[in-house]
Amino acid sequence: MSKVLVVTSGKGGVGKTTSTAALGAALAQLGKSVVVVDFDVGLRNLDLVMGAERRVVFDLINVIQGDAKLPQALIRDKRIDNLSLLPASQTRDKDALSAEGVARVIAELRERFDWVICDSPAGIEKGATLAMHHADAAVVVTNPEVSSVRDSDRIIGMLDSKTAKAERGERIEKHLLVTRYDPVRAARGEMLKVEDVLEILSIPLLGIIPESEEVLRASNVGSPVTLSAPQSNPGRAYFEAAKRLNGEALPVAIPGEKRGLMSKLFGRRVA
Amino acid sequence: MSLFNWFRPRATAPVARERLQILLAHERAIGGGSDLIATLKEEILAVIARHFPLEREKVQVKLDRGDAFSTLEIDIEVPTVNRGVPGGGARIAMRG
Repeated sequence: MSKVLVVTSGKGGVGKTTSTAALGAALAQLGKSVVVVDFDVGLRNLDLVMGAERRVVFDLINVIQGDAKLPQALIRDKRIDNLSLLPASQTRDKDALSAEGVARVIAELRERFDWVICDSPAGIEKGATLAMHHADAAVVVTNPEVSSVRDSDRIIGMLDSKTAKAERGERIEKHLLVTRYDPVRAARGEMLKVEDVLEILSIPLLGIIPESEEVLRASNVGSPVTLSAPQSNPGRAYFEAAKRLNGEALPVAIPGEKRGLMSKLFGRRVA
Repeated sequence: MSLFNWFRPRATAPVARERLQILLAHERAIGGGSDLIATLKEEILAVIARHFPLEREKVQVKLDRGDAFSTLEIDIEVPTVNRGVPGGGARIAMRG
């Protein structure tokens, strides 16, 4: 039974692509067959974060327009066998995406993979609405910061009204992923706490990814953090989030609640 | 940063939380797509334009959203029609 997941946020730069790559690689390592699909037509980056930028020949637009078959455009990951990437086009724009074309490609991907993870572009326009339209579930990526929370609220409204599931009168499954969380700053009252964000957005919490240098290090070398540093704080947090997506009932630990004496004394980052 | 700053209270997160709660309560009520303020402004201007010649840049619309109620303030500068004194005029201000 395959599942289509959209990773979305409204605001740009909050970690959609990083999270798509990390969750995709984690689910694949948990034994699922996974494809990550880049919907950011014109500004593709998932290929770069996945380390496949030099292997792109055909892309999503080529498949939609019939210039290439789906298997020709899919790039299989060199490190994990059951993980594939469908890149976006770098030269075209979002108008090249058609509703029928996207529907056809998603239907075809459903037959081949357990998880189809769509990396949405920022914004609320065509690219973002098409990326979410066929989703069974959504991961809303939010930074603990006012503009990100506001945009997430708007995206949640769109998930409840503009998706195929919503149009059929069904509820789309929504998950909140808080990224770039700094427990020390939150404890000092300088950053919104996870509880604040949860209370405002009121959708279930999938995970909390701590602010960490490991995330940048991973994107520098083109490897999802769950692959390059699975034991790091963000690596573990993404793995747990992936397990929850898979249906495991793992409690979410809020980082910073079990800080040691030294970090309490000196207020250092724990991530 | 001076040493003094180290001891200054910096708990700005509660402010962020409160601002978001007020803002989102309004935005959810209006609903994503429609732009209530722009619509109101256009409709009010259309009514006034039937009676006075209007200069668009002399119209100011302000909205102040509060916790319990909001204020929509429309300030329109209307040239004096009868006497035609240059620079003279009346102001219509509405609050509600």
